[in-house]
Parts: sequence; C-alpha cells; structure tokens
Amino acid sequence: MPVVRVQTKDFDTDAIVSDLTQGRTDIGAIVTFTGLVRDLPEKTLQSMTLEHYPAMTEKALQEIVETAMQRWELFDVAVIHRVGELQPADRIVLVVTTSAHRKDAFQANEYIMDYLKTRAPFWKKETTDAGGHWVEARDSDDEALSRWD
Amino acid sequence: MINVLYFASLKEALGTSAEEIEADNNITDVGALREWICARGEPWQSSLGQQQRLMASVNQQLARPDTQISDGDEVAFFPPVTGG
Repeated sequence: MPVVRVQTKDFDTDAIVSDLTQGRTDIGAIVTFTGLVRDLPEKTLQSMTLEHYPAMTEKALQEIVETAMQRWELFDVAVIHRVGELQPADRIVLVVTTSAHRKDAFQANEYIMDYLKTRAPFWKKETTDAGGHWVEARDSDDEALSRWD
Repeated sequence: MINVLYFASLKEALGTSAEEIEADNNITDVGALREWICARGEPWQSSLGQQQRLMASVNQQLARPDTQISDGDEVAFFPPVTGG
C-alpha cells in the first residue's frame, strides 16, 4: 500500500524506507528523492512557509502515485510532504519508490516529483528582511511534464 | 450554493479564503463562475481576470474552464502550484 502523508513535522527517511522494505527479498532497487529548503543566492532567506489545500492535497498525491504504479513495475511508493513554516536546509518532500529494477524506480520517482510540482496544491512563500513573497511557478516545471506524454 | 475557495497569493489579494455564491442558471462551468466573480469589479477583476494565470478545481479535482459545476459543489481558484 502506498504511503501518502502531508504533515508539519519532519520525517525520518530511514524509518520510511525500512517500512517499505521490511521482510521482503524481491526488491532490487530503492530510489529516494529528498527536496530541501534552499537559501536564496544572497543568503537572505529567513523562512519558507508552505500552504496547501487540505481537502485536496492527499487526494491529488494519491492519484499521481496510482498512475505511477500503473505505469511502472513498482512494489511500493511513499510520498511525504511537509507544510507550515520551514527553515533553510529543512526537508520539504520525500519520494521513495521500490522496484525489482532501477529503471522503474528512477523513472517513477521523477514522474511523481514532476507531477507533484505542477498538480498538487501546495504554495511556497519566502520570508526575507524585505517581507514575504509568494514563489512564482516556473515554466520549466510545466515543460518537464511533456516528457511523460 | 457554490462554495468558492481561494488560496495563497489570491487569498491575500482578495482578503478572503472562501465565499458562497448562489448557483444560478448562468453559472454552468468554471469559466462562467470566474467571469461572474470578475464582473463584480475590484478586487476580483484584477485578481481573477483573464490576465491572471490561475488553476481551478471542482470538488478537489483539477478542473478546466469548461468543467461543469452545480449546486453544492466546492470550487477553488489558486495560482499555479509551487510545491516540492
């Protein structure tokens, strides 16, 4: 069963990977992607606040995961996304994919991240000395989707 | 009634996160709802006008301008998402 969670608290990647792999001998590949809060080039980021649409978020993530599981040979998937106020270098998101083979695990992991970034209802707001401002969506994230068509 | 939600920068620009709009016959889809909201003038005209790139959902599913809506639906408008 895939794990999808939206939470304010930090996550323990090792514990999540351990849950997905415990007692199994058929897994040949585990891919973990972790997204972090990156400081601004001027090192002025004080905090980053993630807002989301609670009623929709987990549903949207579930759908992305289900599509990935239909498309690739996966044993399991975990997606954890944090919301609320985060500091530079904090973990934001974790995607774990397990499979018999690395190609499926790698590709499904990237697919899930590409769709998460363009379809799941999260919004980032950066706070600096100058105040708060909402991060603008990037066209390159939309373009990244076209390779999965 | 249609339950309309706003998120992120759109919520801040409008100063509200939700409102209820009477589901009358002219509001049949997401595009028509957006036009109806804009027709009330400011601040909606600036924030929800066609010059703004926005996404929408109906009952927590991503929607398009031609997605049908009916009484009791939850419709959300929000800026392009930036998670991950």
